[in-house]
Amino acid sequence: MFYREAGDFNTSYAQDQQTFPIKFDRYRYYLVLFVAIFVIPFMVNDYWVNSLFLPFLIYAIAAIGLNILVGYCGQVSLGTGGFMAVGAYACYKLMTAMPDVSMFIHILLAGVITAAVGALFGLPSLRIKGFYLAVATLAAQFFLVWLFNRVPWFYNYSASGQISAPERDTFGILITGPNTDAWATYMFCLIFTVGSALVARNLTRGSVGRKWMAIRDMDIAAEIIGVNPLRAKLTAFAVSSFFIGISGALFFSIYLGAVEVGEAFGIQKSFLVLFMIIIGGLGSIFGSFAGAAFLVLLPVLLKIVGVDWLGWPTDIVAHLQLVIVGGLIIIFLIAEPHGLAQLWRVAKEKLRLWPFPH
Amino acid sequence: MPEQLAFTIEVFMNGLMAGVLYALVALGFVLIYKASGIFNYAQGVMALFAALTLVGIMEGQVPFSHLINAILGTEVHHFGWHVPAFLAIVLTMVVMIVLAYCVQRFVFRYLVGQEPIILFMATIGLAYFLEGVGDLMWGSEIKTLDVGLPQGINVWIDEFTFDATGYGFFIDNLDIVASIVAAILVIGLVMFAQYTKQGRAMRAVADDHQAALSVGVSLNFIWILVWSLAGFVALVAGIMWGAKSGVQFSLSLIALKALPVLMLGGFTSIPGAIVGGLIIGVGEKLFEFLIGAPFLGGATENWFAYMLALVFLVFRPQGLFGEKIIERV
Repeated sequence: MFYREAGDFNTSYAQDQQTFPIKFDRYRYYLVLFVAIFVIPFMVNDYWVNSLFLPFLIYAIAAIGLNILVGYCGQVSLGTGGFMAVGAYACYKLMTAMPDVSMFIHILLAGVITAAVGALFGLPSLRIKGFYLAVATLAAQFFLVWLFNRVPWFYNYSASGQISAPERDTFGILITGPNTDAWATYMFCLIFTVGSALVARNLTRGSVGRKWMAIRDMDIAAEIIGVNPLRAKLTAFAVSSFFIGISGALFFSIYLGAVEVGEAFGIQKSFLVLFMIIIGGLGSIFGSFAGAAFLVLLPVLLKIVGVDWLGWPTDIVAHLQLVIVGGLIIIFLIAEPHGLAQLWRVAKEKLRLWPFPH
Repeated sequence: MPEQLAFTIEVFMNGLMAGVLYALVALGFVLIYKASGIFNYAQGVMALFAALTLVGIMEGQVPFSHLINAILGTEVHHFGWHVPAFLAIVLTMVVMIVLAYCVQRFVFRYLVGQEPIILFMATIGLAYFLEGVGDLMWGSEIKTLDVGLPQGINVWIDEFTFDATGYGFFIDNLDIVASIVAAILVIGLVMFAQYTKQGRAMRAVADDHQAALSVGVSLNFIWILVWSLAGFVALVAGIMWGAKSGVQFSLSLIALKALPVLMLGGFTSIPGAIVGGLIIGVGEKLFEFLIGAPFLGGATENWFAYMLALVFLVFRPQGLFGEKIIERV
């Protein structure tokens, strides 16, 4: 009734090529942005920001990054935690070495450094494929975590072996350290999340993205039609690691504030982000958001229901959470291998015809 | 004999023993991968689950007691009996077979024909699920598993090597038992695959699902059989590792240790799993002893195996004994 492309005439190529060609989609997108920028910052408090919005925004960036690699380029990676750690430690070294530079630049630089590391660990992907590659990326995961644990230079020789974010501001507004305002950290992460989504969306529908998808669908065939597999795979690794590095840097500096590398960026983190993109939908930017939202919300919801309402001990709820997450992943893979994004697509198809489906 | 050399040999021996234990886990992977093309990440958690169940049955714990207590407000913990080890192992095996049936019936039956990577992710989901169920059923505290295996230093080897070289080697009895058990297991599995009817059917399924189906092999049965066998291997691995370092969450991480073993040996080869396990076990212990601990600050065992496998794969992508990968457009 209201969701139609009928009557929506495009008069220029720019209109034809835009991200949301249907008017309703476009206005919904503007509405979401409006709420995110002009409504939420005035309503949030520390609890909401720290338990929901920050993890959601930060994991969404990581999920977009991993989705580029796994969903668009077909290279399965289990090294996400390690690459996030690279972002975090790069950010920490930059923050402490150059206190006067804006945090924006530090975070972007952390992303660039992670991209370089990611491309390095992506090199074997030219020879190794499929499962073998998935296991090979575990080398990155374990090696990087070990490196940050064992080499004191990375944590500035601090006695505890932890890194903790000093107070830094951007444009005069404090965004790291213990004395930040909820809205400031939220807005800072939001800018990066929206930026990442925009860049990723436009990359994946451009020539680079089409090359990635060609490699994903069949790399030999792609090579024959003229896609350079070296360039395509390495750019996928680099771009993916760039986003993951940004998310790692934000995760450390804005969200946690202090990090012990094995705990914050262990193998569990790699699986968590992988689950986000499976549940959300491989090869979909919206899916990255949906998956991140789902897996951030689920533990909070379970905790509220299990601990606060039913009064169960927290360890039982934690175990139940494992069971539910595991079960959900299996159910999703059986019922809808393309994840929440596919459900959304189906819903939109139905809406187009609604209320007269014939 | 110089001290350094004696130490190195001792480390080498211990590496071999550790390698046997890695190989034991890797074996479970190979079995399932060969027969169904599923790369079963849950193998490590299956070992943990089997060990937890074994301890639970032996101690006479009430399953799900924490959950029951939380819901009903009761205070049940134990039935109050102790089951002898042998009976408990048999009962645990029954549980693992039921588990194999459920996995096949409720998960992989619906995923036949999906891409391998989807199957792999399903097993990761299965791993989480099983881990949660295991903790809910038996509680997550560290347990000791004692099924009567000999433990501690092997005095005979200690004295023998002391007489021969002037330095007594420390070799754990448990490791020796584990090696013997692993050897028996491998021989048994190979015999089973070569000489029994079901074993031949299993190999037929591994070779070609459709051809096997068309000559009357029940895929469903074979897959349940394979998962049960993997459950059995997991149980053995769980007993060995559980007796060595206690039954706790970290037990499930041995799956991660088995992955480089598999890559090195090739996913499809049983001898490959053994040889790969030995290479990784010796390699990481020697590297830690000779280079890691003195020069790199130690704990290199965490990543050495992966790096070794990674470098190795760049030169030989199918592993040592894997089938040659042929790609067609």
